[in-house]
Amino acid sequence: MTTPSLSSLLMVPVNAVMRIIEAPLRRLQKATGIGGMAAFFLAPNMLIFGIFVLLPLVINFVYSMTGGTAFFLSERDFIGGAQYSRLFECQNYLDPMSCQEDAFWTAVGNTFWFVVLQVSLMILTALITALILNRELAARSFWRAVFFFPVLLSPVVVGLIWKWILQRQGLLNFGLYQFGMDPYTWLTDRNWTFAATIGVSLWAHMGFYALIILAGLQAIPKDLYEAAEMDGTKPARVFWRITLPLLAPNLLVVVVLALIKSVQVFDEIYVLTGGGPGTSTLFLTQYIYETGFASALRNPGLAAAASILMGGVLVVLTLIQLGIGRRGESKGKR
Amino acid sequence: MGNVARFILRRRGAHGSGKGWHWTDVFTWVWLIGGLIIMFGPAVWLVFSSLKTPAALAEFPPSILPYVTSQATVEGYDKPLMLYNATMPDGSTRVLAEVRRIGLVAQMVDPNAPGEIVKVNINDRSPVRTMSFATNNYTEPFVHFDFLRYLWNSVFVTVVATLITLVVNSMAAFALSKYEFKGRSLAMLVILATLMVPLSVIMVPLYSIISTLGLFNSLWGVILPTVATPTGVFILRQYMLTIPDELLDAARMDKASEWQIYWRIVLPLTAPALAVLAIFSVVWRWNDFLWPLIVLSRRELYTLQVGLSIYSGELNVQWHFILAMTVVTMIPVVLVFIFLQRFITTGIAGTGLK
Repeated sequence: MTTPSLSSLLMVPVNAVMRIIEAPLRRLQKATGIGGMAAFFLAPNMLIFGIFVLLPLVINFVYSMTGGTAFFLSERDFIGGAQYSRLFECQNYLDPMSCQEDAFWTAVGNTFWFVVLQVSLMILTALITALILNRELAARSFWRAVFFFPVLLSPVVVGLIWKWILQRQGLLNFGLYQFGMDPYTWLTDRNWTFAATIGVSLWAHMGFYALIILAGLQAIPKDLYEAAEMDGTKPARVFWRITLPLLAPNLLVVVVLALIKSVQVFDEIYVLTGGGPGTSTLFLTQYIYETGFASALRNPGLAAAASILMGGVLVVLTLIQLGIGRRGESKGKR
Repeated sequence: MGNVARFILRRRGAHGSGKGWHWTDVFTWVWLIGGLIIMFGPAVWLVFSSLKTPAALAEFPPSILPYVTSQATVEGYDKPLMLYNATMPDGSTRVLAEVRRIGLVAQMVDPNAPGEIVKVNINDRSPVRTMSFATNNYTEPFVHFDFLRYLWNSVFVTVVATLITLVVNSMAAFALSKYEFKGRSLAMLVILATLMVPLSVIMVPLYSIISTLGLFNSLWGVILPTVATPTGVFILRQYMLTIPDELLDAARMDKASEWQIYWRIVLPLTAPALAVLAIFSVVWRWNDFLWPLIVLSRRELYTLQVGLSIYSGELNVQWHFILAMTVVTMIPVVLVFIFLQRFITTGIAGTGLK
């Protein structure tokens, strides 16, 4: 007698269902032909896509031209471009406080500086990590895993881990205390909190970008390096003349990818700082979320208008990325 | 031993000449060891902290491991007294229980002979500490708060969303890789275009659609918008393209229906790609935060992520519970990391998608 394995036991109900639906599907195939079956296979995915991605995308534009606090479109008044002009109503564009929607411009400014600093530091550290992981190392997959570990953690977990470390009785102050320095309440200081948001998002995502750059490094033909070694080329020169130029397409994709993700920064920062102290770490996604849902004076139309502006930035970035990808592909084929 | 050290410290140019350490070798090891501490340190600190009592958590400077100050019930005193190692004037040390403190002098008694009060300068005593794991940090949130419910909600969302993702995406990938039909490239373009539509751009109208469908405050409202992932269709389609069409034609000769071809031939052959997508999907859905935060407003429906963030944002944060629940939330992801990390890293390196 053979005992059935667990997986075959699990498959029993699945197989029963399959046997039941097989006959009607065969009849469907007879009625519609093979082309009809293609539509049948595609339908569920396209239906879900249509309802939950494409439809929202379209009605977002309608939303952004309506006012009021109601969520159902039928209960909202058409007000044309008023939400957009409200977003752009400023006395002085360099001073967010002079704008009617000062929170929006504060969020834009914060997001801008966050993106600039986070992406440049991200690329630098990820490139260094990838170069190091590309060397001849003992237990290389272990080291690769080390840097990859935080990537899988949930944003809430990341936010809470660092909130705990940056506490007054936290690990960071403990470290400073060991060196005889006074503890400090990091998350009540505007500048330190902003720096912390950059540091934490670096910690959480750097391994992901390092991994992609590493894949790019490993795609560079080894014989180039052997040739350089035979010519006695200095390592620094090898890096600037071989590694960097050949890595450039890959690196550009990583830069754009990092930009796209960075513009949307929300989860871990929201848990870590809640946008505070004050509005010093209020970023665009949080502005949209709070304007649309959370605040007492919610204004879904205004949130929709802001999200469309952000979507515009993302579309431009994505088109750049696709352009680079296409160029890299055609280069590879030649 | 020497061989091991040489293997671990292998470095550039070490094959040929016995050149000394190049600065890049030093830098490499500083970066790697520093990375090890920075990447794992915070999580390890979280785990240690989660086992401490509230009193130990409030301490500064904190101890690394979870210690508690020992207490003893002493005859003649109602409350348990704190135990201290006190240094006597003659240099010997005794374990004493503190009765009260007046200025710099502590009045202490010997727990075994509580009659006589000993006066000790507070600088001459240190608390008796024993290691103790506050496991009720873990049990109480499950018993007295709704965390068991949140855990169940998270598991439900993760499992159901992953199963639907696998079925729906593989069907679409099958159609897009094995059939010629009008509008195929349009469908492919639409799917790829949605890669650039993140949740933050469509959350307001998506919310209104969910409400219209009656899915607000329902776990299905969390699940459905996430299951038609463009990434999933993309990964599976790339893989199915490598399955030879002759295999399908042969099955058709044997009167297999299209559904049978999909279910009995193509799906089993796509297993490796399905596994990668399943791992991705589990991590994505387990970690989802913003969308569940919008859709779920009733406490009993929260997922772990939402519950954690709401509790940690409350005014008097009970950190000992929050830390323990953060560890619980981290466990599935750590398991995935330990056992399946290889699949994910090759998946990311191959597609550039997260």
